[in-house]
Amino acid sequence: MSIGAGAGGGVVAGLAAPAATGVAAAPHVLAVDDSSVDRAVIAGILRSSRFRVTAVDSGKRALELLGSEPNVSMIITDYWMPEMTGYELLKKVKGSSKLKKIPVVIMSSENVPTRISRCLEEGAEDFLVKPVRPSDVSRLFSRVLP
Amino acid sequence: MEYSNLRRQTIFMKKNLFDQGFLDEQFNQLEELQDESSPNFVEEVVDLFFKDSSRLLTNIEQAIDKYPQDFYRLDSLVHQFKGSGSSIGALRVKNECSVFKAHCNDRSLEGCRRSFQKIKREHATLKQKLESYFQLLRQVGPREHAVSSRK
Repeated sequence: MSIGAGAGGGVVAGLAAPAATGVAAAPHVLAVDDSSVDRAVIAGILRSSRFRVTAVDSGKRALELLGSEPNVSMIITDYWMPEMTGYELLKKVKGSSKLKKIPVVIMSSENVPTRISRCLEEGAEDFLVKPVRPSDVSRLFSRVLP
Repeated sequence: MEYSNLRRQTIFMKKNLFDQGFLDEQFNQLEELQDESSPNFVEEVVDLFFKDSSRLLTNIEQAIDKYPQDFYRLDSLVHQFKGSGSSIGALRVKNECSVFKAHCNDRSLEGCRRSFQKIKREHATLKQKLESYFQLLRQVGPREHAVSSRK
């Protein structure tokens, strides 16, 4: 499969739907980042861990998708995005009775302790400092998605 | 044998890129993600970076020439540039972006201008070197990408 980053940032990289073999569907992760490069990197990391990934370029698009696609196992979002930050997205997710159970992970290129604690207090599962590496993600996901 | 000679060249080229500080460990991390289903992952991500960064460089140039200077916007643009550079392991580019950001913080336009010239140079040099590297890798063949990345 290849990476195809369209204008709306709808990069989709993942496994085909499982056949009737009794194998559980791969967890579906929603990645949110306004940087096309970072979207491609996080999608690549998730794909290699056998997750189904949808990558979008804004909090607004993330919420649209969450409204129509109920089966999202985790959200991983950049902190600094124009219009809606990852923190604002986190608050909206945790404030929604429908979405609040979905674990949310924040990514940021800046290691700001007050920012980290604010996100964790708001219910973020974890906070990853960029550049995100495969080892960060596999450690995190084995904890959050058993 | 021509094939093993090509392979040696790719290993040598990559080692040089690391030794000379053009790339850091993040690049290796990306190469580790390549497999049969995504054999050109790194090249695709690098292409995205150069496409994205060319646009950012134009915006930064316009912002520098604008009067009065908006250092906040300049910092924000370079921050994006630094972030995506860091994501592909572009070490020299990333470091020069940090210098630029420090000049923004000091509100030094002259410092920003100087640093921007360096960023452009580093960006162009990296682009040329990575183009050569990927061209060579293509000659070696897709199977070898995964193997050589484990070195």
